[in-house]
Amino acid sequence: MPRIIKQRVEFEGRVEERNVVIEGDDLPVWPAGERFQVIGTPVTRVDGAQRAGGTARYTADLYPAGVLHGAILRSPHPHARIRALRTSRAEQAPGVRLVLSHRNTDAIPWYNGMSRIFDTELRYVGDEVALVVADDAAAARDALDLIEVEYEPLPHVIDPLEAIRPGAPQVHPQGNVLGGAPERYARGDVEQGFLAADAIVELDVTTPDVLHHSMETHGSVAWWEGDTLVIWDSTQHIFGVRRQVAAALRIPLDRVRVLSPFMGGGFGGKNNAGKHTVLAALASRRLGRPVRIVFTRAEESQAAGKRPRSVQRIRVGARSDGTLVAIDYWGVSSIGAYRAIGTPLAGPATELYACPNVRAETLNVFTHTGPAAAFRAPGYVEGTCALECAIEALADQLEIDPLELRLRNYAEADQVLGRPYSSKFLREAYAMGARAIGWERRALTPRSPVRDGPPRRGLGMATQLWGGSGSAPAYAEVRLNPDGTAEVRIGTQDIGTGTKTALTQIAAEVLTLPVGKVTLSLGDTDFPYSPLSAGSQTLASCGPAVRMAADEARRHLIDAAASLLEVAPEDVRLEGGRLFVAGVPERGLAIAELTGQIGNFTIAGRGFRGPNPDGVTIRTWGAQFAEVEVDPETGEVSVLRIVACHDVGRVINPLQYQSQIHGGVIQGLGMALREEHVTDPETGAVLDLGFDAYAVPRITGIPEIVALAVDKPDPIANNLGVKGVGEPPIIPTPAAIANAVANALGVRVTSFPITPAKVRAELGRRA
Amino acid sequence: MSTPSAPSGSLHAVRVTVNGRPEALRVPARRTLLQVLREDLHLTGTKEGCGVGTCGACTVLVDGRAMLSCLVLAVQADGRTVETIEGLSRDGALDPLQQAFIAHDALQCGFCTPGQVMALRALLRATPHPSLDEIRRAVEGNVCRCGAYPRIQQAALEVARAAEGYR
Repeated sequence: MPRIIKQRVEFEGRVEERNVVIEGDDLPVWPAGERFQVIGTPVTRVDGAQRAGGTARYTADLYPAGVLHGAILRSPHPHARIRALRTSRAEQAPGVRLVLSHRNTDAIPWYNGMSRIFDTELRYVGDEVALVVADDAAAARDALDLIEVEYEPLPHVIDPLEAIRPGAPQVHPQGNVLGGAPERYARGDVEQGFLAADAIVELDVTTPDVLHHSMETHGSVAWWEGDTLVIWDSTQHIFGVRRQVAAALRIPLDRVRVLSPFMGGGFGGKNNAGKHTVLAALASRRLGRPVRIVFTRAEESQAAGKRPRSVQRIRVGARSDGTLVAIDYWGVSSIGAYRAIGTPLAGPATELYACPNVRAETLNVFTHTGPAAAFRAPGYVEGTCALECAIEALADQLEIDPLELRLRNYAEADQVLGRPYSSKFLREAYAMGARAIGWERRALTPRSPVRDGPPRRGLGMATQLWGGSGSAPAYAEVRLNPDGTAEVRIGTQDIGTGTKTALTQIAAEVLTLPVGKVTLSLGDTDFPYSPLSAGSQTLASCGPAVRMAADEARRHLIDAAASLLEVAPEDVRLEGGRLFVAGVPERGLAIAELTGQIGNFTIAGRGFRGPNPDGVTIRTWGAQFAEVEVDPETGEVSVLRIVACHDVGRVINPLQYQSQIHGGVIQGLGMALREEHVTDPETGAVLDLGFDAYAVPRITGIPEIVALAVDKPDPIANNLGVKGVGEPPIIPTPAAIANAVANALGVRVTSFPITPAKVRAELGRRA
Repeated sequence: MSTPSAPSGSLHAVRVTVNGRPEALRVPARRTLLQVLREDLHLTGTKEGCGVGTCGACTVLVDGRAMLSCLVLAVQADGRTVETIEGLSRDGALDPLQQAFIAHDALQCGFCTPGQVMALRALLRATPHPSLDEIRRAVEGNVCRCGAYPRIQQAALEVARAAEGYR
């Protein structure tokens, strides 16, 4: 009988209490030293041929028969009221089938009730005004110019620090601070702590708005089959999209099917249904034809989410031996016009180091800019920039090696929740990374700024702390075919991380089948429930359920074989796809022989994700080391090498693990040196519409990246001993690079991205 | 954000060979080669990443040269030979470059992959044994937001170093 318990569950840097249903006993954790055939091996992507062959079908590739194309009219004002809107000219344009606006659409609540699908108050340049549906995309876009809108411009605020001043224009009636007040945290007595400090460092740190820019833009294709709505969506959460769309349209869940079998990147920007998803469904219902709405790259820059810019101040104090005595943190996250949850900026400062006196205050501030979204370790990348630059500045001031300073303040337990960690192999990550980069080569940071001369090298490092535990619920089903092949169904998504391959490996391991004999299908709400592919939780949530489903099928296989072999089930072994009597290997049969004999009687298994262990905090850990060369004349920073070593539990697939590290490091590199999404404070307009003015990393700018893994299973986190690797590798990269720049030049740039102009300015050189 | 209106209704005849198959089409003047490939010929392996020539996802070969199909009007392709990602596999077997991409995990979400492969194919056809620098320059215009770049260059290097060269 299922029972319900309350449990504290971490997700994307926030801890919340949830009802967790316990269905039965979980499998024991595969211990360290467990011998595997498939797990831990570099299996290439099971869908590699489809992705490399161009036959993988993404949402953007769907053009069902009779499809119509939608284009969205967006607000040109950062804050305005629609006084009048006339669509008749657009409706008469060639090829146009429908124009939707607030005038002919229900007031469907959106953004947690802060707005609606078509609001008459517009709160950022890019807010949705109307939808045109036409025979082709060009006709739809042409007709946007024919919609006549009278706007009443209203006062706007773009800068978050201006937005929190008294009298600032209000983004929402409840005020510009999310939740009405800062989020506060404190332990000990920070002022007393600073009194005991021999050295104090204070830094102002800013990080820019950063865009996800997934290669597949946001998009949905919707059609109706009778009273059932089918949506293909480029999403990280098919079940979430189903819930949101069903609620918006007021139709039952079983009348909505959402699919996303291939997905062209998300990075947190596709965690929720978009307005375009609902609009495609609404338009399709009115027109009786499929409707496709796919963002242009410019829309992706304006209205698809961003890592919100941060303004941070951190003060850290330590005794002369490096022991931390106080951390005081203040941070502002500019969450744009709409956002339901705050950015956990203070996570690293409050938890990473052993420190008795910590105070943190975070303000999440609405502005008249594009809505913020989760972006690969939201808050923690920004917060790590502040904390880890301050720690290294402190080390320099005390003339203690920065790695040694970190080790002296190693947190053995979770000081925020007051409980132990399930496992923490950060020391191992530090040691492996330091060895690989040659940390002992690090020279003392120059006491005074190096203003000229030849390019100089520097070494810097930073630490990563993040969740990634995964959690219940997640479910999977396995069934065996008469020919001995296996099929796995699970309603998760592979957003490019390799989920499909890793889950296939787990099923293959349990069933002792080659990977090629296991076909795993995902990305369909007809399959068992799985959570959002975010928070580095997919493998650790779905993997244990797949293992359990495969294990149930394995037990049924053994039972069936036992009756055929006329022995007790305990005496049957399954190895290499063969069932045999223990000690008598010749008395047995292959799985395919067994399933062939029973025909269409199907051996199947169902698995669920067990609850997380009580009373412990589950974290991922890691360390990154950067070597840079900086030219003091030009301020140009060249990253020569990044070494990354992370503790994310057992590694299921080392090939894909390393690919995740590469990807995270490269995105972190972009944020460190180049990427900045710019909103004009006067007009609220986005100045980087697309890739021309927004510098995503290119292959020519990539340094050597060494991806190492501690690769020790977590002894209790879940039955696989795994944690997530999606987000960890981006977290420490910008801070490690900034620290290396400081080590090279003796000056510290704490405004990201670290552009040549900022380096020169810090050196006192003319721009 | 809208493209300027063009007189609709007038269609232009285009004859183009795509992956070895002659095609006869009638297209509006402003229709791009990318749109024709994806929407008229259902060859959706070629992706639209930006539509304005800044990301490389739509790279195809036109008369053997790598071109951004979002910047080529379909009428400009008249009389030419176009090769897309779908044209690379023979009898279900992938091209060596595609195989190398899989072996080296040179793709994550895979959305940019067809463009990366086609850009490298153009390079390898013109220069069978390119240097790392030549490889990097050949795909400098191809954005991979997942950051598979180290793997992409490994995959390309493996093919570039194969003694028999690239077909």
